[in-house]
Amino acid sequence: MLKLNQLYKRYATGDEALKKVDLEIPDGQVMALIGPSGAGKSTLIRCVNRLVEPTSGTIQLNDIELSSLSPGKLRHARRRMGMIFQEYALVERLTVMENVLSGRLGYVGFWSSWFRKFPADDVKEAFRLLDRVGLMHMADKRADELSGGQRQRVGIARALIQNPELLLVDEPTASLDPKTSRQIMRLICELAKERGLAAIINIHDVMLAQMFAERIVGLRLGEIVYDGPPNALTPEVLTDIYGEEDWEATIEAADEDDEEADTAETVV
Amino acid sequence: MAVIDSTDGPIWRRRTTGKQLAIWCGWLVGVAIVVYCFKLISDKTIWMFVLDSGIQAADMASRMVPPKWSYMDNLWRPVWDTINIATTGTMIALVLAVPVAFLAASNTTPHKSVRAVALFIIVSSRSINSLIWALMLVAIIGPGTLAGIIAIALRSIGFCAKLLYEAIEEIDVKQVEAVEATGATGAQKLAYGIAPQIMPTFAGISVFRWDINIRESTVLGLVGAGGIGLQLDASISTLAWTQVSLILLVILGTVIVSEWVSAKVRHAII
Amino acid sequence: MSEQTQYPSTWKKPPFIQNRLLRWCLWFGLAIYLALAFGTLDVNWQRVAEGIPRGTKFLSAFFPPDFFSRWDSIQDGILESIWMTVIATVAGIALSVPFGLGAARNLAPRPVYLFCRGVIAVSRTFPEIILAIFAVKLFGFGPFAGFIALSIATIGFYAKLLAEDIEAMDPGQGEAVRATGASWFQWVNYAIQPQVMPRMIGLAVYRLDINFRESAVVGIVGGGGIGATLLTAFDRYEFDSAAAILLIIIFIVMILEYASGYLRKWVQ
Repeated sequence: MLKLNQLYKRYATGDEALKKVDLEIPDGQVMALIGPSGAGKSTLIRCVNRLVEPTSGTIQLNDIELSSLSPGKLRHARRRMGMIFQEYALVERLTVMENVLSGRLGYVGFWSSWFRKFPADDVKEAFRLLDRVGLMHMADKRADELSGGQRQRVGIARALIQNPELLLVDEPTASLDPKTSRQIMRLICELAKERGLAAIINIHDVMLAQMFAERIVGLRLGEIVYDGPPNALTPEVLTDIYGEEDWEATIEAADEDDEEADTAETVV
Repeated sequence: MAVIDSTDGPIWRRRTTGKQLAIWCGWLVGVAIVVYCFKLISDKTIWMFVLDSGIQAADMASRMVPPKWSYMDNLWRPVWDTINIATTGTMIALVLAVPVAFLAASNTTPHKSVRAVALFIIVSSRSINSLIWALMLVAIIGPGTLAGIIAIALRSIGFCAKLLYEAIEEIDVKQVEAVEATGATGAQKLAYGIAPQIMPTFAGISVFRWDINIRESTVLGLVGAGGIGLQLDASISTLAWTQVSLILLVILGTVIVSEWVSAKVRHAII
Repeated sequence: MSEQTQYPSTWKKPPFIQNRLLRWCLWFGLAIYLALAFGTLDVNWQRVAEGIPRGTKFLSAFFPPDFFSRWDSIQDGILESIWMTVIATVAGIALSVPFGLGAARNLAPRPVYLFCRGVIAVSRTFPEIILAIFAVKLFGFGPFAGFIALSIATIGFYAKLLAEDIEAMDPGQGEAVRATGASWFQWVNYAIQPQVMPRMIGLAVYRLDINFRESAVVGIVGGGGIGATLLTAFDRYEFDSAAAILLIIIFIVMILEYASGYLRKWVQ
């Protein structure tokens, strides 16, 4: 369970990205975070694993309080949170396998990781995850040889090999075409359910959010303005979050044919 | 590019009047400086020698041809020494340049003062030609190839570290951020996030500098620091011009070979 | 679907050089080379040991350096170096333009191209100091010889890079200018010059920097500049003065570096 209490973030420029946000996410819940750009979605996600330092407020992940941890303990805590990035953020020049294994860096000493000597269980798990996301045959390929959708799958495998308690997903589909976006979202949500993980998914495409998440939180100018199930997301509510007409632009049209093809195949 | 409003309507000139004036002034000042400098130097030049130079050149040329091929036996060892000076010097420099580069890059340095020190090391190393380093080292630890190796190394640290830290500052931050999010230590961040990104640059810099160092190593012997320069110095002092021309040819050959090797390796890396 | 597929528990990164034989040969060759290089290294360790106290004496000479005892000769030497650098760079670049244009395959007819490439190759091969030795033999001692040596070296450096830049330019832009019926010179001025200018200005400042550093060297063989002063200081073991000279050189190079950075930004 993740609990954010009075989370406040003020940048040096004076921008108040997050205004005393309170949020609670129970285990196994897939939560979508929507809102216009500048609303604070990215900041919120990054405050949880402290890639961005919160100005004040507390973050509680199950039994530990994240905001007051020392650097050493913070690293240990980060192992328990898997992060999936907007532009995959893979190390381009390393192979797919190395990128997946890098999820275990927090558990492995420096010299072992330098010589790429990861424990046997980690390697097995890496292969298993690659198989699960359908990329087993690409383990030795360099990351920059893959397509966008494939790279995001590697990113997903990397996050999951940490065996995390929480998934932080920052705009996973921003750089992908509509069809691949849906496949990726489906994959993330399936995996979260399989493992009973809580997940915060930062997403700008409202329709995708409604299709896959069980709970939607709308953020506007650093404050939560909506918190509820996807079907209660009426046009009035969306206008409230995004402002007049803006939210229609976020929906990427789905083709009838694509929908059928989607349900038939699972691998790009 | 400027559009200027005049009484008859807008006209286009390449630059605004103000900027044009500034550029002309700049040219004027520049030319004045150059002419002044030339005057200063010509004051110190014995023009008779300059006019004489054509005859001198012809004379020297005739004395240098044909090259004394039989001298070649004395040159094999010095060529080997020269290559070693360049190679070992470059290797030592690379090992030392890596930490200096990380300390000098604004995104990996622990503190601003450390960065300043690293940058100063880089500038100092770069400013002083390897020949001058060699001069100093020969005065201190005596003549020989060791002085040459250290001289090459000292000069190359600055060159390599400068290019390396510029590469480090240009890396894609997102890749490093992702590694950090898994709970990696600072050192693992370097090894997994930063190092793979700068590897090709590092390899390119190494070979590039090695190539330049071969050229520089050929002359270190002129101040006693080993290599083929020793032979060159001796031959010039004894006015053995045919030997000199042979040595120059050998240097030419060495440089050509090293450039070819360097181009091939860099091509393979890209 | 609950079959237990066996996943491998070890993974090795594919090596950079795939061909096994080649890889082994390279490693082996490297080992042999290193053994031979260090084996034939001829070091008089006793002399080195004797040199250590002299070395410390040299380092202590930097604290503080002596600018004053030999100030006159230092001043003369530095100014001479600066003047030499300026006109050598100007003359060198001025001459580089025709040679560079002539050495560009997409610009020059074949015989001109070969000739210019030959001139550039010869100018580049020999380090400045060798050029200086010959210049001194031909033109007598003094800064003129240094000026000649540096100019020739500049041509070798600058003309080559200019030719490469011209060869790498976008042919489309050149074609468009040609299509208007422009003369050859107009073509150079309108199509080629704008493309190569930014980088060549940066390179000009870089060469100025190199020439200054080299100007300190040509003095050692009689080509004028601060090199002679430095050599004398060392011969007389006047380490304090030598330290002063070195610091001045470093200082001037630093100024040149700032100026070049500033200039490059201004050109952008």
